[in-house]
Amino acid sequence: MFLLRLVFRNVFRHKLRTWLTVLGITIAILAFGLLRTVISAWYAGVEASSASRLVTRNAISIIFTLPLSYEERIRQTEGVRIVSGGNWFGGIYIDEKHFFANFAIEPKPFFALYPEIILPPEQEAAFIRDRKGFVAGRKLVEKYGWKLGDTVTLRGTIFPGQWDFVMRGIYKGRDKNVDETTFYFQWDYLNEKMKKTYPQRADQIGFFMIGVTRPDIASDVAARIDNEFRNSIAETLTETEKAFQMSWIAMSQAIVTAIQLVSFVVIVIIMAVMANTMAMTARERIGEYAIFKALGFGGGYIAALIFGESLIISMIGCAFGIAFTFPAARAFGDALSTFFPIFNVAPETIYMDIAAAAVIGTVAGVFPSWRSIRIRIADGLRRIG
Amino acid sequence: MAEARSIVEIRNVSKSYRRGSQIVPVLENITFDIAEGEFLALMGPSGSGKSTLLNLLAGIDSVDSGSILIGGLDITTLSETDLAAWRAVNVGFIFQFYNLIPVLTAFGNVELPLLLTRLSRKERHEHVEMALRSVGLSDRMDHYPNQLSGGQQQRVAIARAVVTDPVILVADEPTGDLDRVSAAEILELMSRLNKELGKTIIMVTHDARAAEKAHLIKQLDKGVFINVSS
Repeated sequence: MFLLRLVFRNVFRHKLRTWLTVLGITIAILAFGLLRTVISAWYAGVEASSASRLVTRNAISIIFTLPLSYEERIRQTEGVRIVSGGNWFGGIYIDEKHFFANFAIEPKPFFALYPEIILPPEQEAAFIRDRKGFVAGRKLVEKYGWKLGDTVTLRGTIFPGQWDFVMRGIYKGRDKNVDETTFYFQWDYLNEKMKKTYPQRADQIGFFMIGVTRPDIASDVAARIDNEFRNSIAETLTETEKAFQMSWIAMSQAIVTAIQLVSFVVIVIIMAVMANTMAMTARERIGEYAIFKALGFGGGYIAALIFGESLIISMIGCAFGIAFTFPAARAFGDALSTFFPIFNVAPETIYMDIAAAAVIGTVAGVFPSWRSIRIRIADGLRRIG
Repeated sequence: MAEARSIVEIRNVSKSYRRGSQIVPVLENITFDIAEGEFLALMGPSGSGKSTLLNLLAGIDSVDSGSILIGGLDITTLSETDLAAWRAVNVGFIFQFYNLIPVLTAFGNVELPLLLTRLSRKERHEHVEMALRSVGLSDRMDHYPNQLSGGQQQRVAIARAVVTDPVILVADEPTGDLDRVSAAEILELMSRLNKELGKTIIMVTHDARAAEKAHLIKQLDKGVFINVSS
């Protein structure tokens, strides 16, 4: 108790220095937390993926399509419960700055495959009834102020032309890992228009989303599907939804690695600043530590004084950093919702913040403690006066 | 009257320091005893070795050779940890610059050495109050060092030195940073501790007036005793 009281008093002996150090740690923890959240946002699709869903695409590349006829053959494969075909549409709303993901889907099997996408039944029915209908996530609708029945026009890039859609539903995510910024419309609409304008591109599917009967047979089912189409004109590559998402992240792995590296560099820099503060503090108090030793206090007590002070300063900074991370992440997420539809501060990020602050506090105390414990009492006392 | 027994026995103590590649001898083959209840003043010019001798007696520095027996225990044979535990029980320190902990009140500073004892909180409080009362500062318990005069700070330091009832009190220039009036008060207080409580005091001083309060004055020069007077 006495030790704790003494440590707290020491913490605020040089108020300006302490608060400046706390400020530095706050900013470092805030930056660390935001960068870790960016990384989490990058992996949000992976986090949201299900173990009982597979993705089948053209074995050469995702940019090549598969014949629609594959759908029925996949459905007949042992272990397959449900199949939903789809295409990445790549349409642009207003201009390129207003980017959001848009897909052509088969509504019935799609919603059966994705129970985490919550759409009111009457809106789902209205969407299925209307060939030109679309549904969009809550955040996207809020961003553009769309209302049910509104017509929204997308300019096709992969599928040229102006495409008019009528809003029939607004979906919400079952949990916060679900992207609420996506635009879904009927694949039949896309296919019919293709038949008229580019018949050679009709009846082509970009990918099949597959639900398996049990997660533990997913790899067997994937192998069966790929075997089915071996040596065909369009061989398939089937993988778990998680692996599929990871393959997208792998394309930008260098950026993710760079962000990870920067997040740790921030911690190393503040660790050096904190170590310098503690070294200065311990140097100033070397006479006091000598007095403690002269009175009979052991090295452990001196170390506890220094480590205690160091940890308290870093934990105060950590607390402020965490407190500021949430509003900062909200603002960051709003500003970059186009790139990061899901931008939530994960509990793991908070645990990492606390661990980082603990490491900062501990490492910063090592050298001053070692030096203070080793100093001869007579030498320490000579520093006073 | 029977002669008091020796509480401190110093035998053939030598000490030197290394300054770069040079070895500088500070104390050479010192041998003497200090009787229980003695008030000894160690005098001498700067660099004569008096503070080094005091540090050796207090167990905060180590000898090159020789032995120092305090209460029959050879402290030169103790490990760092044992020496720290021994100091906590047996030595009270009074420094020139008081060396109080600035973030602790007078009460907290005096309580500090008692934290290493098995006393309960209540017992510690009683001891601290008694010690501060004995130095006339019972009304300044809640004051921080910067709220006290130099003389008052030194009295707190004396209370801290005596609160554990140590075997010896070592004082290094206890009046060196005080004005004449405060210095006289401190010397009077030390004299009272010696006479009334029978404390053995070993004091290093440059001040002849301070030394006059001691029963015995030993003069050191270049690491050897050159004169002893009562």
